[in-house]
Amino acid sequence: MKRAPRHSYPGINLGEDHASAHKATEVVTFGFWVFLMSDLVYFGLMFAIYITMIDAQAGGPGPHELFDLKSIFAQTLILLTSSLTVGLAMLALKYNLPRARVVFWFGVTLALGLSFLALEIRDFMNMAEQGGVPQRSGFLSAFYGLVPLHGLHVASGCLWLIVLGIQLKVFGLTDLLMSRMVRLALFWHFLDLIWIGIITIVYFGGLAYG
Amino acid sequence: MNSSDTGFFGRLTWDAFPIAGLIQNPSANEIIANAAAAIVIIGVVAVVGLLTWFRLWGPLWRDWLTSADHKKIGIMYIVFAIVMLARGVLEGVVMRAQQAAGPGDGFLAPEHFAELFSTHGTIMIFFVAVPFVFGLANFLVPLMIGARDVAFPVMNQIGLGLTVSAGMMLMVSLVVGEFSTGGWTAYPPYTGAAFNPGVGPDYWIWAIVVSGVGTTLTGINFAVTIYKLRAPGMKFMRLPMYCWTIICSSILIVFAMPPLGVAALLLAADRYLDFHFFTNDLGGNMMNYANLFWLFGHPEVYLLVLPAYGIYSEVFATFSAKRLYGYNSLVIATMSIAIMSFTVWLHHFFTMGQSALINAVFGIATMLIAIPTGVKVYDWMATLYRGRIRFSVPMLYSLSFLMLFVIGGLSGVVLANPTVDYQVHNTLFLVAHFHNVLLPGVLFGLLAAYNYWFPKAFGFRLNEFWGRVSVFCWTVGFLLTFMPLYFVGLMGMPRRSFSWEDPSFHPYMITAVIGALVITCGLFSILIQLWVSIRDRDKSCAPIGDPWDGRTLEWSIPSPPPPYNFAIIPIVTDRDDFAATKERGAAYPTPEVYEDIEMPRNTGIGFAFCVLSGVWMFALVWWIWWLAALMTIAMILAFIIWSFDTSTEIIIPAEEVRKEHEAWLELAHSTKAVDRDHESTPENLGLARPDMEAVT
Repeated sequence: MKRAPRHSYPGINLGEDHASAHKATEVVTFGFWVFLMSDLVYFGLMFAIYITMIDAQAGGPGPHELFDLKSIFAQTLILLTSSLTVGLAMLALKYNLPRARVVFWFGVTLALGLSFLALEIRDFMNMAEQGGVPQRSGFLSAFYGLVPLHGLHVASGCLWLIVLGIQLKVFGLTDLLMSRMVRLALFWHFLDLIWIGIITIVYFGGLAYG
Repeated sequence: MNSSDTGFFGRLTWDAFPIAGLIQNPSANEIIANAAAAIVIIGVVAVVGLLTWFRLWGPLWRDWLTSADHKKIGIMYIVFAIVMLARGVLEGVVMRAQQAAGPGDGFLAPEHFAELFSTHGTIMIFFVAVPFVFGLANFLVPLMIGARDVAFPVMNQIGLGLTVSAGMMLMVSLVVGEFSTGGWTAYPPYTGAAFNPGVGPDYWIWAIVVSGVGTTLTGINFAVTIYKLRAPGMKFMRLPMYCWTIICSSILIVFAMPPLGVAALLLAADRYLDFHFFTNDLGGNMMNYANLFWLFGHPEVYLLVLPAYGIYSEVFATFSAKRLYGYNSLVIATMSIAIMSFTVWLHHFFTMGQSALINAVFGIATMLIAIPTGVKVYDWMATLYRGRIRFSVPMLYSLSFLMLFVIGGLSGVVLANPTVDYQVHNTLFLVAHFHNVLLPGVLFGLLAAYNYWFPKAFGFRLNEFWGRVSVFCWTVGFLLTFMPLYFVGLMGMPRRSFSWEDPSFHPYMITAVIGALVITCGLFSILIQLWVSIRDRDKSCAPIGDPWDGRTLEWSIPSPPPPYNFAIIPIVTDRDDFAATKERGAAYPTPEVYEDIEMPRNTGIGFAFCVLSGVWMFALVWWIWWLAALMTIAMILAFIIWSFDTSTEIIIPAEEVRKEHEAWLELAHSTKAVDRDHESTPENLGLARPDMEAVT
């Protein structure tokens, strides 16, 4: 077994090919993991709130009337694929593949992220048409407190990708940008993880117990 | 008024200013409200005037507001905390006076009294204890672990900016509109839009959310700093006890601040967007709020008190001239408390309808925390045992803590019993209990630290006499104010009552207000001490940096420390490394080579966030939607623009480091060391001669 490099962090490491960037990334990536832990607590609590409020429908529309599983299936496929593409971008970065390859996979990730958001917003609008607005019941408040929070994270991820694209154009592939890409990839995988929680607890759980 | 059809200034009108109330209805209550507003305005005008008069705007901006130096950020945190402490103490005095003016209604309007206990609690926890604790951590942690900076200096600055702007909201609420009347816990549905449509709870919500974000950033920063930036050889089991407590506090922040953020933001969703998380109708459930709030609230008290335990550990060891007794057991106890603090939150609402079994489980869990805390108390006493004790100001605060805190701890164990809690819940017994742990526990620790590390920060010692006066006033004032509350609590007086009738409460209320005045003297003696010390600083300077015969790394460098802290990063070989080095006679070594040092460059981003988030909060409170939207965009843009700034470091050349360091070494080698009998004389220039064999 190869000995682990002196500087290391959980997740894809930039590795010895990018020694200076790798070293600079260690502390800040560890910090980012700690931030993600804290963010995870936010989501964990919102899940808990949702679970306690599944029954609080107050005579309003519930999961069976409102949830569109076909659209959720599409969103899941899109988001999981985007996790794959961001992983491919990181591998291209790590193994010094042509810059265009890195940019391409990040671009695909952005496109998938935006289409996910488009589908999600369409779902919310459909729900609102059937009276599924957060003001209607505790259950719907909990739903709209959790799912759009994830959507907001995806939107920030997209904004981050765009800013990173511009910075790549301005600065070239500097150590700082590589380090930021490592964190962006972590963030994107984190969004995926939360989404898995959302489909199982919010959608399947809602349909099973609501 | 509907939230959607508001004008250019939202719901902000002439009536929001307290002077309007005074004109319409002149009374003692209105005069007090206006006096408070006037103090804020006069304070601001005075500060602006003095800065302009002494032409200090430039230095303030260059050396402080834009500095990313952890020491300066720490000092700014503490200055902010002391300003807020003054307000918090005065509010406490007014409340004690109101109750002492009974039986009957006293001189304040009920809403005004409710605002006072709400701001008093919010300020003391979020804007005194938290910034003071993390100001100290900012100043001390890198010095103690042998680092040149924290892991994320800019994030640190942003954390300060957010905390200060949130605290300013509480000041603004004195002048424009009113603050929440819902207590520091702000329980809905009382704080919901149905019962409380005014701006008060909104001030609370946004101050809490923004300062919570600031605190979370700080917690992440210190966890990473201690994990990743320790000097070579500084293994975990060689860390000063104080750093251990800061790790635990940081972990508590990372996990405990999110519940507070969630609670406050969901309450905001209820109030602003008509959601139904905590409302009485349409399926809302306020118990979710109670659980969320205390899921934060209980770890919060430990994230405040653990660093104070760390301070006491350092103070007891130094002023007993002994190694800290039972270091390993203290580390284990600290970690145990940190973990157990997440398992007891329900004891804050035993009476809110759980089954007896659940109450019993949480009651037992609560009592268990007394075990590691007891371990600590015995370790501290064993540290004192056979030490060469010096009764200096930090030591006096610590001794006062040791005796008083045990009483508070014991009353906590009493309260942890759900059946007893049913009797004394929501009475002044509880108020006495938590003041008993927070004043002697947290505040005395912070004041001890202020006296202990002040010479490190500024290069001169604080005045001993006025320090002793302040210890005396705080201790006696505490006893007089809060011991009577235990008794009236047991007699059944509810907390937060602006009015009472039972004449048997009267003597206790009078005693308590006298105590509050003694505490005020304590506060003023701290200010006098500072004034006198600055005036006489030539007689108490200690530039060499070790005025107390300290044991940890921060004492091995000059006072005040240079921006880069350590000219040469130390190699640590021992716990209490500096004490061990002095024992070996190897202190103040002359290094052979110096290196260029990279330090973070000044940046205005923290200040930008302070201003933008302040205006953002104000706009949200007053429903000035266009301004809130503008500020949201401005904050996002500020962050993005900052991310384009890639030259964040400056280089301090090796030659400059060498010159400064050698001048200091020269001074250290040519100065006569003083023994502990002459610690408080002008001869003490900060070079210590240990006069006792170290007891290990």
